[in-house]
Amino acid sequence: MPRLSQWYIKLSFGYLLAGFTVGALLLANKGRPLHPALWGLLPAHIEWLLMGWVAQLTLGVAFWILPRFWQAPRRGRTTGAVVAIVLLNAGILLVSLGAVLGLGAWATAAGRLLEIGAAAAFAHAAWPRIVGRAG
Amino acid sequence: MPPLTRWHIKTAFISLAAAMTLGVALALALVLPLPGWVVYLSPAFFHLIMVGWVTQMIFGVIFWMFPIVSRARPRGNERLGWATYGLLNGGLLLRVVAEPANSVSPGGGWGWVLVASALMQWLAAVFFVVNAWPRVKEKYRGE
Repeated sequence: MPRLSQWYIKLSFGYLLAGFTVGALLLANKGRPLHPALWGLLPAHIEWLLMGWVAQLTLGVAFWILPRFWQAPRRGRTTGAVVAIVLLNAGILLVSLGAVLGLGAWATAAGRLLEIGAAAAFAHAAWPRIVGRAG
Repeated sequence: MPPLTRWHIKTAFISLAAAMTLGVALALALVLPLPGWVVYLSPAFFHLIMVGWVTQMIFGVIFWMFPIVSRARPRGNERLGWATYGLLNGGLLLRVVAEPANSVSPGGGWGWVLVASALMQWLAAVFFVVNAWPRVKEKYRGE
């Protein structure tokens, strides 16, 4: 497993823990009310698990297992995948903290733009590796 | 494919089928006179998909496919893996039952069942990460 995939996957594990921790608090709060402000964490719970856990893990595993080239660099243009991990995590933090801290719709929109940038950068890096066999 | 992975994947399929069934019930509740508690199944529908199907499938495949820790302990602590499986599915099942029950009759014992469900699912995530973290590494090349 390449170093970059390890970063993606370990970050996704971090978001899994953060998302499940908030989710557990929200669920427990339904059963035995703890604090009404907890409901403000719902957008972060969703963002951390959908984007931080599932999407990020998927990108990390894709970078690892997609077909490699016969000649170096075996995983092709890796710059896009490096840019993607930075943009994705900046976007996740902006969207989730923006919602929790009440930074407004512009923070959410900016975060989503960063996430779109991450998707485009990763696709640019991975596209040549989506082939029937090693190139 | 190790037994734990097979259990995770088969249970994931059952969760997906259960989620789709709840989805039909939630849609029918808009047009048919179904019992009132059906409308409270909406969170269960989402969590059967995201926890029971997606997350569980990921847990199972990671346990199977990630680089081994060592020849002696290829997949880490298998007991911790089984605890993850039991806590994740036990917690999710408790949620599916207790959430509508607590909504219909709040303030009763069902609230504590939800607390137990939350704790169980949180522990499942912690146990999974503890077991999977050492396997996020380069390919095993011997000690």
